[in-house]
Amino acid sequence: MAVTLFLPTVLAKLADGRAIESTGDTVGAIVADVATRYPNLAPRLRDEAGQPYPFVTFYLNDEDIRFNGGFNAKVSDGDELTVVPAIAGG
Amino acid sequence: MATATAPLATQLEELSSDEILRYSRHLILPEVALEGQQRLKASRVLLIGAGGLGSPLALYLAAAGVGTIGLVDFDVVDVTNLQRQIVHGTSDVGRPKLESARDRLKDMNPHVHVEGFETRLTSENALEIVRDFDIVIDGTDNFATRYLTNDACVILGKPNVYGSIYRFEGQSSVFATEEGPCYRCLYPEPPPPGLVPSCAEGGVLGVLPGLVGTIQATEGIKLLLGIGEPLIGRLLLIDALTMQFRTMRLRKNPNCPACGTREIRELIDYDQFCGIGGDPLQDPHGIPEITPAELAAKQQRRDDFDLIDVREPHEWAIAKIPGARLVPLGSFTEALSSLDSARDIVVTCKMGGRSAKAVRQLQAAGFKKVWNLAGGILRWSDDVDPSVPKY
Repeated sequence: MAVTLFLPTVLAKLADGRAIESTGDTVGAIVADVATRYPNLAPRLRDEAGQPYPFVTFYLNDEDIRFNGGFNAKVSDGDELTVVPAIAGG
Repeated sequence: MATATAPLATQLEELSSDEILRYSRHLILPEVALEGQQRLKASRVLLIGAGGLGSPLALYLAAAGVGTIGLVDFDVVDVTNLQRQIVHGTSDVGRPKLESARDRLKDMNPHVHVEGFETRLTSENALEIVRDFDIVIDGTDNFATRYLTNDACVILGKPNVYGSIYRFEGQSSVFATEEGPCYRCLYPEPPPPGLVPSCAEGGVLGVLPGLVGTIQATEGIKLLLGIGEPLIGRLLLIDALTMQFRTMRLRKNPNCPACGTREIRELIDYDQFCGIGGDPLQDPHGIPEITPAELAAKQQRRDDFDLIDVREPHEWAIAKIPGARLVPLGSFTEALSSLDSARDIVVTCKMGGRSAKAVRQLQAAGFKKVWNLAGGILRWSDDVDPSVPKY
């Protein structure tokens, strides 16, 4: 399945830009593919065991993947995966 | 999508003729009208932080006629605040932010009562402070206070209008309403200290808190009036660079210890929860340090050592310590081979946080003679050479 992963500006510099095309059957497979292609970005997306962090939320289209199987959530062609890390500035 | 909640304030009082004239553009809006304006007057809103977000929040809430604005802040106005903290002025530099904000708000609208709390919000005082307000607006600048604010609001059943910013991006939502999710449903745990730089280290576009703070003020006023569709169960993402606004769905987590299972019945130690001071390996005080005065003496003695600056090139262009070499933290791993572990190495950055990380990396790579410059280039400017500009 062809999916586009969107990064916030702060992480985009660790990849080739804000939008990364990837393929895979699950959110976890997409994240693993992107992590392999961009090693500097990898530790900002998931932990060393390949599991999601509690302070980085992934949205598959407009839904939080935590309520849809987490990294096991199935993806479809054309889906958009958005990374939303916690920020605290004020 | 959540629809309007019931308006919060119920004990209404008459508006004076001065107030009727002042608020005329509200009074002719059928959605506000006389009764809505009386509700705003009877309302009590607590702002956590009188900084970047707190500035537009306080100004617009005061202008709108919110009767009582509570402000929690213990900081003083610094000249570097003025690029975005528009409630304060140049003549306020050095004054407590509470005093400065109070004067500005009184001038903006003398009908508004400002209640100041010149303290850090803590687990000991939060419930007592929050209890007397109708809604809370979170404009703080750190994770520990965000979790504290969230939990206090969930425990007391007060809506929490959330906003946070970093560089060019912002987030906003309304948490802790009866039916909606809370901050812990979005982020169950904070990132470890040092992973997400503060605005002081990472920068923030000055107008961004204006964008996000006015969204929070809008949500607050909607809640007070009971109109429209508040951001309950929705996370608004704001990107100033692309000027895109996206809304994501937020769900209440049934396992959330705050608003789901309600295991959290009292406030906890939020510094510990956020890993501040808990892990000696994460503690910047646990690594070897050198003060700017000691570094200056070392330079004067012509000691043989390398001074490595791990900031970014655009920061290097603003100010540098003579004799330093730039090795940005982003490419530090690749540059390790260019460093000589046989020599003494002093590492610096803007304030000492990033250089502490670099020292840890060097230690992990087997370097034994490495020191972190305490307080970074800012303290160098204070203690040794004021001609090096601070930023």
